[in-house]
Amino acid sequence: MLLPLRSKDLTWINNGRSAQGDYHCISRGNIDMALTATGAATLAGANPSTEYNDRVVRQFAIMTVVWGVVGMLVGVWIAAQLAMPSLNFGISWLSFGRLRPLHTNAVIFAFGGCALFATAYHVVQRTSQVRLFSDRLAAFTFWGWQAVIVAAAISLPLGYTQGKEYAELEWPIDVLIALVWVAFAVVFFGTLVRRRVRHIYVANWFYGAFILTVAMLHIVNSAALPAGLMKSYPVYAGVQDAMVQWWYGHNAVGFFLTAGFLGMMYYYVPKQVGRPIYSYRLSIVHFWALIFTYMWAGPHHLHYTALPDWAQSLGMVFSLILLAPSWGGMINGIMTLSGAWHKLRDDPILRFLIVSLSFYGMSTFEGPMMSIKTVSALSHYTDWTIGHVHSGALGWVGLITMGSLYYLFPRLYGREKMYSSTLIEVHFWLATIGIVLYAVAMWVSGVTQGLMWRAIEPDGSLTYSFVESVKASYPYYYIRLLGGLLYLGGMVLMAYNVARTITGGEPVRALIPRLMPAHATVTPLAGGLAAGGAATAAAQSRAH
Amino acid sequence: MDVLFTLIPLSVALVFAVIAILCWAVFSGQFDDVEAEAGRILEDDEGPPLGNRS
Repeated sequence: MLLPLRSKDLTWINNGRSAQGDYHCISRGNIDMALTATGAATLAGANPSTEYNDRVVRQFAIMTVVWGVVGMLVGVWIAAQLAMPSLNFGISWLSFGRLRPLHTNAVIFAFGGCALFATAYHVVQRTSQVRLFSDRLAAFTFWGWQAVIVAAAISLPLGYTQGKEYAELEWPIDVLIALVWVAFAVVFFGTLVRRRVRHIYVANWFYGAFILTVAMLHIVNSAALPAGLMKSYPVYAGVQDAMVQWWYGHNAVGFFLTAGFLGMMYYYVPKQVGRPIYSYRLSIVHFWALIFTYMWAGPHHLHYTALPDWAQSLGMVFSLILLAPSWGGMINGIMTLSGAWHKLRDDPILRFLIVSLSFYGMSTFEGPMMSIKTVSALSHYTDWTIGHVHSGALGWVGLITMGSLYYLFPRLYGREKMYSSTLIEVHFWLATIGIVLYAVAMWVSGVTQGLMWRAIEPDGSLTYSFVESVKASYPYYYIRLLGGLLYLGGMVLMAYNVARTITGGEPVRALIPRLMPAHATVTPLAGGLAAGGAATAAAQSRAH
Repeated sequence: MDVLFTLIPLSVALVFAVIAILCWAVFSGQFDDVEAEAGRILEDDEGPPLGNRS
């Protein structure tokens, strides 16, 4: 077993090295270290305290891909229904109104959620240099979360819904979500508390904020009075309910789909580039600025409604302020490549990560613009909103997840790289072209709808009937369908690539690198990887 | 708009909680040597996969 050490007593073997030139040597040193550790572990047999818990990471990573294919397939299906309404075959279970929440829940909470679990567990262990707080609780979060997803996939087509966007699931499922989320928080923060590195890496701040805020949002917004096993009434009514719903809804975007995935960005972008983040200072400012300003952006979903005017304006102002930290983060991520732009040419994984950041920048510019009341008057309730959401979801959330997973899978299964780099390349282009088709189609369609709805004849009557605007949207619905098909096609290629990578490899038992106690027998080392290796071996032998 | 009497105090309480956490982070020295921390994640890893270790 490890000596019981407090984090402040520990220092890094490579302490104090930050000059660029040293990284090569250090990574070589770590390989030696890992090999030493491997030998020792083999002799001593499996010792859980010396290994990371990557089992749960693998489980969540695989399910991310599975639910990604499923969720996007449902999305393509309902996109086809909008172009060809007869595709619901007159079956209520397959009607748009029931499949649409299934699609949003599947891509946000199943695909995105599993990706966040997988990467949060991976990142918190690697940056804290310690095994997950509890294997059992971690396993509970995996099976519990899968149960939530399956329950959603059954109950939503059957028509059970609370009717709140992104919070449709009925109260028994809500209770399970709350339990899983508390377990997630315990595992994550428990691991952080037991960390063997003094500093908490910035990615963990983002993951931590995401976990805590989503817990609060979910509990407040889902407060309901049960009226039967699958029926309940929200405790809020009317505009009160709308306010709570969009306080939840927008912060779900802010903390689930932004903060969580920014955690991913701050770990996997530097890792894939092989350089530290452009400015660590900026990443800290990014985090605190985002956390302080996000909470009150929600009312921009309720412009020109019964919500008091001042609350609408407040929401708009906060939304506009959000542009600054968002772009700070985007620039920080992209500039990490500064001086190494050539890597984009031959690294398709990096291309996923960097293009995802461009989409993050684009949608965090578009969002504040759309929150301006006069712009919202044109864009709200039109397809523009759908286009905005998807440039964020497909572009930012989707691409950053795919890039991170392409980084993860070979490492989780002991492969040099993914089964096929060509397939990653093809996936990248399918996804990018798909997003562009989707977003552009929805922009054009949305602006068309907005302009047709507001057009007025000299006598004050409406120029167009509603159905004329629907008719005008048809061509764009086909283009959107094509974009969605391309994006789904890329995801299917990824699933194949991942399956071949997994079957060609074996689950890796990743060993925790040894840290050196600062006040122990060996003094802190100024240099010398051989000495580092010796200290490692010494720590290793002590450990058993 | 009674619900604002819940949401605003909740958000204000949250801001104070965030300020408290920020103070803890600053005064406990989390941000003392930030640029050095940025490079550390590059050292923690197994590096490129080394093949099967099980």
